[in-house]
Amino acid sequence: MKRLVKDESLCIGCRSCERACSTAYYKVDDRDKSCIKINEKPEGGFEIKVCTQCGICYQVCNTGVIQPNPKGVYMLNKKECVGCLMCVGYCPEQVMVQDDSRSEPSKCTACGLCVKACPTGAIKIEDC
Amino acid sequence: MIMMCDVPRYKDVDMEEINKIRDAHVLLNKVEYEPKQIYRGYTDKLLTIDVSDSSIKISDIPAEVKEKFVGGKGYCLRYLWDATNPNTKWDSPENEIVMSAGPIAGITQYAGTGKMLVCTISPLTGIPIDSNVGGFFGPYLKFSGFDALELKGQAEEDVIIVIDGNKGTIEIDKAPLEHLDAHVIGEELTAMYADNENDRKHVAVVCAGSAADHCDLSMLNFTFYDPRRGVVRLKQAGRGGIGRVFRHKRVKAIVCKYQGIKNDLNHVYDISIINKTGVKYHREMATQDPKQNNMRKIGTANTMKILNDYDILPTHNFKFGGTPNISEMEPKVFIENWLTQGGADGCWYGCSMACAKAADHFKLKTGPYAGQCVVVDGPEYETAAGVGPNCGITDPQVILELNFYCDTYGIDTISWGTMVAFLMECYENGILNKERTGGLELNFGNAAADLELLHMTARNEGFGKIAGMGTHKQKEYFAAQGWGDINFMNDIAMEQKGLEYSEYGSKESLAQQGGYGLTNKGPQHDEAWLIFMDQVNNQIPTFEDKAEALYYYPRFRTWFGLVGLCKLPWNDVVPENNALTDEPAKVPEHVDNYLNLFYGVTGRKIDREDLLVMSERVYNFQRIFNIRLGKGLRKHDAIPYRSVGPVTEEEYLSRQERYDGQLVEKAGYTKEQMEAMSLQEKMAATRKYREGEYEKLIDAVYPKRGWTMNGVPKVEHLKKIGMDLPELLEIVEPLQDLQP
Repeated sequence: MKRLVKDESLCIGCRSCERACSTAYYKVDDRDKSCIKINEKPEGGFEIKVCTQCGICYQVCNTGVIQPNPKGVYMLNKKECVGCLMCVGYCPEQVMVQDDSRSEPSKCTACGLCVKACPTGAIKIEDC
Repeated sequence: MIMMCDVPRYKDVDMEEINKIRDAHVLLNKVEYEPKQIYRGYTDKLLTIDVSDSSIKISDIPAEVKEKFVGGKGYCLRYLWDATNPNTKWDSPENEIVMSAGPIAGITQYAGTGKMLVCTISPLTGIPIDSNVGGFFGPYLKFSGFDALELKGQAEEDVIIVIDGNKGTIEIDKAPLEHLDAHVIGEELTAMYADNENDRKHVAVVCAGSAADHCDLSMLNFTFYDPRRGVVRLKQAGRGGIGRVFRHKRVKAIVCKYQGIKNDLNHVYDISIINKTGVKYHREMATQDPKQNNMRKIGTANTMKILNDYDILPTHNFKFGGTPNISEMEPKVFIENWLTQGGADGCWYGCSMACAKAADHFKLKTGPYAGQCVVVDGPEYETAAGVGPNCGITDPQVILELNFYCDTYGIDTISWGTMVAFLMECYENGILNKERTGGLELNFGNAAADLELLHMTARNEGFGKIAGMGTHKQKEYFAAQGWGDINFMNDIAMEQKGLEYSEYGSKESLAQQGGYGLTNKGPQHDEAWLIFMDQVNNQIPTFEDKAEALYYYPRFRTWFGLVGLCKLPWNDVVPENNALTDEPAKVPEHVDNYLNLFYGVTGRKIDREDLLVMSERVYNFQRIFNIRLGKGLRKHDAIPYRSVGPVTEEEYLSRQERYDGQLVEKAGYTKEQMEAMSLQEKMAATRKYREGEYEKLIDAVYPKRGWTMNGVPKVEHLKKIGMDLPELLEIVEPLQDLQP
């Protein structure tokens, strides 16, 4: 199974990961369009919200367009997606992106761009 | 528990067989057209098909029709009125089946946005029936370029109609070989018109079932293809015998195909509002449904246990409000043993409420498909209650088998349950016996007899022919044969205006008595489903509250049918803070969601009052349509006493403490007077009091609705709401001073 894992103690809140993610697909630096989210904790430090590949998006989709690939990463087939946004609403981490410029939402594909952008190693790809 | 991931796919159809069926088609007419792109929820096009001469006509829907009638049921009634006259009967060639989805229908971002409304002059009531239905046909018809479809005439031989919204073609074919039962013809036509398996989700079929050739309780099935299971699912436009009209026209099916579903095919005014409102609702469902009704696990049957506990679940032909055997069929039994869990059971895209539950690979024990493993859509609450406890049955296997066969035969489960319950009470009272039923022992609880009667009805055999008449005609027939007292049958036959009651015992809810009696189409709960807020949640405690509810809710709830929405997402799950709002029963946040959706789609900003006026126009139009056809006055709003109070000594004695107490607390008798009364005297006094309350309720509701005390919309009211149309005034003006 391939997925992102995190170590919040290493996060410095630089948001490089958010930039890498939103720029990759949406071609803009906009954290609302990132499938990884960095939030400040009230008590200090940072919370990292990442897709855990839990598969809830797959379960709620009645078009069957979200399917696991051989690595266990849930992939969204945008061509067949009808844009119902149920996956966005049901995502327990709230890291699926809905943007009005596109009909379909987008989700983490565990591509690793955010990992490469992270200067501290707070996120990494687990592949087991 | 049966999990979605463990459900094997269904066996595929035999394509050789499908090709043979297709080869037998004979083309009667085919037209090519340029599909009109939807603009802000509307195509403004009407498709008219006359199967008498296989003509196909496309026309514009005028702006004034759009303004007054909005869409959906409004369009259906407008075009049905225009096509018919005061003497039109259900089987007149000019009677139409009109279908329309409404402007919001077809968006995919919010729950319950795929509804279509269907209207016709009913074989059961003789007045317009309206029925709403899920499935994919409504949105696909709109994407294919039509806000409404009117089906008229009568074909000489069986035909199918095929609309391809991508190619822009409409054809009518003679279709001799397709089967009639819905689960079979649904699969046949879905496979026939799909290019491949992945394409099947783009095909939607409207069909009836084999019983619809002769049974007045027949409905229309609307399919959608379930890609996870690999099977065609069925939703129903159930009420009022629309399937009977469909088959009388010799139409076997209407197919609509549309590829390329996306969330902005309505070309809406502001998609951002719709996206935000949709995501907000989906998040709410994710957190609140598991804490509230479990709609995603059990669907509408979640209410079974609570309605039993509150003495509302109809049992033995509505005599009682619950059964001691409820544990055999309570929600957890269906969740744990019968209904597949962990799937996404919406009947249109984006329905996070997902209440279209299914029992998978259900092995049938009786009938022509005995031994086969099928998908059973349901049971909805109404089905489970109606064919279940109301007929003395609590075995889930039997309830699902009745559910399946009603669906595939094209019989409305609500009417079937209520009608069989009536026959069973007639049997137990000697009005029927084995000789008269042809050997069927129709005692309460006799599941085998119930199933056999259903199969006989589908085959139009023996006593099945009587079953197919519906409750209203049955009681007249039994009386004419000298089999029973018509007054007693009028008390126990749970029908009004010719339509069988849906499944809520209303004896202890005056509001629901009105919710059934003061309806346009007959006693269906969709206009004023007040039983929960009245008897369970106690949200409308006073007489004035109940009267006001019978003014507000029919208007509010009518709106869903104008715009293409399902009502369930409105109040089956509510926002976490709903109880803290000013009017929790109205679910204010969800009402605002709907105003946002309407604005987002059409660009027309409306407030809550505007919404009500939109409905009120169509509501009054339908009332006057009833009057035009001879059934829209106060006398037609009378209801059977079984829905008001205890008809028999057995019923009174079963709740004697309650009834005795009410004679003192409500009816004005002293305790001593009550105790001195005989049972018969108490029953008579209870009846006088309860029937008086119902009349008082009518006296309070009609003026609120702007109607005379005889139930006729007043001219001044029609002017106030902008519905003083000449054809309406022509009907109501002579009746303004007519006393009840």
